[in-house]
Amino acid sequence: MLVAILKQGDYLIASIQFDLTDAQVLALRDDLSDRIGRSRARGLIIDVAQLDVIDSFVARSLGSIAITARLRGAETVIVGIEPDVAIAMVQFDLDLEPLRTALDLDEALSLLDRLTDRDGEDGG
Amino acid sequence: MIPDDRPRTDPPDQVPQAESLLYELIAYLRENRTELREEWVERITQAQLLRVMTPEEIFSEVTAVYDNYVAALETGSVETLQAYARDLSERIIPRGVETHEVLGIVLLLRDVLARALFVKYQDDADLLSRILDAYEPAANRIAVTVGVSFVEERERVIREQEEAIRELSTPVLQVRDRLLILPIIGVLDSPRARQLTEQLLGAIQSNRAKVVVIDITGVATIDLTVANHLVQTVEASRLMGASAIITGLSSNIAQTLVDLGVDLSMMKTVGDLQGGLEEAERLIGYKPIAKGNKTDAAAN
Repeated sequence: MLVAILKQGDYLIASIQFDLTDAQVLALRDDLSDRIGRSRARGLIIDVAQLDVIDSFVARSLGSIAITARLRGAETVIVGIEPDVAIAMVQFDLDLEPLRTALDLDEALSLLDRLTDRDGEDGG
Repeated sequence: MIPDDRPRTDPPDQVPQAESLLYELIAYLRENRTELREEWVERITQAQLLRVMTPEEIFSEVTAVYDNYVAALETGSVETLQAYARDLSERIIPRGVETHEVLGIVLLLRDVLARALFVKYQDDADLLSRILDAYEPAANRIAVTVGVSFVEERERVIREQEEAIRELSTPVLQVRDRLLILPIIGVLDSPRARQLTEQLLGAIQSNRAKVVVIDITGVATIDLTVANHLVQTVEASRLMGASAIITGLSSNIAQTLVDLGVDLSMMKTVGDLQGGLEEAERLIGYKPIAKGNKTDAAAN
């Protein structure tokens, strides 16, 4: 297991520390999907702050992780996309529609709180 | 220098002769400096050129140009004249002197001098023709030099202004905790749009912004490239975890965007900056409360 997956309350946090090969990305996807089921997580945070580039494959994989996670009952938030990476991603014309993003971990946690706590106060 | 510019038809053995003709011509122009200069000023006034300048100013500039002109004819070197023309342009451009006026006065001088030559050599058609052979290429070159200097100076001013606009152009301001505004004023072109995106994304990261309001009230027109850039900026902000709200789209720009078929589904737009800020505050969770309204204040 190349990417450590931490559990924090009802949420899982995966922090990607280095550029992954395509195979490693796929392995991460299976791993996460498995862990969501086992730990009954309601939210998933993927930290990509260390990535220098997010290419179309990684972006698509992140999207499919988000969809898979939703099917397993967890909302996904991507955090820590750097300005340069963000510019490159939009210029590649990638389909980023399924990705929910937040600035940092704090943000991601409060976003997940809002997304998963539908019966509570309306967070806007 | 001068012989190089003479008409190609002249056989080489006439070169010294043409040169001496030119010297004769220059001596003549020096001798009749006062009359020719006055004649020139009169023609300028008649043609209603340089109307933004006083007659005294015109006269002193005219004297300087005349002397430089004759010197350029004599030496064949246009460098001094070029420097003077640039200096002159620098002084007169801010006062609203147009390109056609500058070209007009130089061509008038050429005509005045040519006319004077006609008068002086009218009895000897052959000599006149040779004098003109020597005079015309040099005179044309001078006219071109002055015109080009003026236009270059003008372009330099434009470039400087562009630079200045670019530098002042894109402040990213924090109005509340986690709320930034980016007012855009002036012409939005590709380099500026790119610079703007970079600044905005940097500011989002350093200020931990949640909402950015991009106000384009001050943008008159927009083209396809820039529109797409704007869409990309909004999308990139979203990837950074901030929502972007565009405000102040003029009806003109809105129409253009629709005509160009830009995909605006991702853009959140609000009519004016006030509306944008209200929407932003709502997104962050602020609620404006009128002073004295205690019940609402307690609820927040």
